[in-house]
Amino acid sequence: MQQDSLFEYVMRLSDDSLILGQRLGEWCGHGPILEEDIAITNIALDLIGQSISLYDFAAELEAKGRNHDQLAYLRYENEYKNVLLVEQPNGDFAMTMLRQFFFDAFRLPLYEALMQSRVAQLAAIAAKSVKETRYHLKHSSEWVIRLGDGTEESHMRAQAAIDHLWRYTNELFYENAHDQRLQESGAVPLMSDIKEKWQKTVHEVLQEATLQLPSNNWKFDGGREGRHSEHMGYILSDLQYMQRAYPNMEW
Amino acid sequence: MSNSDWPLWEVFIRSKQGLNHKHVGSLRAPDATLALENARDVYTRRSEGISIWVVESAHIHATDIDQADAFFEPSDTKIYRHPTFYEVPDGVKHM
Repeated sequence: MQQDSLFEYVMRLSDDSLILGQRLGEWCGHGPILEEDIAITNIALDLIGQSISLYDFAAELEAKGRNHDQLAYLRYENEYKNVLLVEQPNGDFAMTMLRQFFFDAFRLPLYEALMQSRVAQLAAIAAKSVKETRYHLKHSSEWVIRLGDGTEESHMRAQAAIDHLWRYTNELFYENAHDQRLQESGAVPLMSDIKEKWQKTVHEVLQEATLQLPSNNWKFDGGREGRHSEHMGYILSDLQYMQRAYPNMEW
Repeated sequence: MSNSDWPLWEVFIRSKQGLNHKHVGSLRAPDATLALENARDVYTRRSEGISIWVVESAHIHATDIDQADAFFEPSDTKIYRHPTFYEVPDGVKHM
């Protein structure tokens, strides 16, 4: 198993967490109600916390003297390997919750499988993150069910969110030569197994929510290879401003 | 979605095994499941609890503040209800 493959893999996990955490943080002070404002920002902080552990591990693997701040804040856009799904704008509350649900339903089985990883540190990070993620999935599922099976308006908005976000979901299961190398050595699970579990969760929750999967099967990807949507640059300019304006600042 | 459309819930938290659930505050939620999740997010962020109860505020019956005099003042003058008039024998320990 090569270090560079593992580095690539850990950076994907970390970038997914960081960028989604940053997106959710935009709700801070703008939540539809106080209680949900706190719930969303709790999830954001969980994700950013996970990204710190993952960047620390990645920095060790890379062994070039970079720390987690440098990995999080001082890379160029094409060096970020997060999926396009997590960088999509918050939109309305339904869009945010559906984005969260599609991601959580992917992240939970992935962490559960990574707990069995032959790479001890990765298994430990997964074990620590899995409880948080189980709660995130519970919360987003509850909301998807209530929005879908709620009022005419909430159903319409939830369905519109699914129809829009669906095209980004296939990229969650992206694999390349790095993955194959890691899979052969028992470091990471097969994405086909994760996809099966994701599909099961998605079907069950959407059925209970009286929502439909879209008939189109457009598939967008690029994020895992560093090709991002037009939204990414704006996220990074917010995210990186402090470190770029005041290099090495801490607080 | 307006806050006031949702019922108010009272939140009770048990901080550790063996202690009572204690009232900590209230919140809005559309149903019991989300009231528990909201309570978890609002009131247990700093490891304050191991168990949560929520109850819709509408289900709580309370004394009328205007009748507080009649309810509570009569006991103020009945100091003999406190067990402070007994001589404790010297041999009794742990009192």
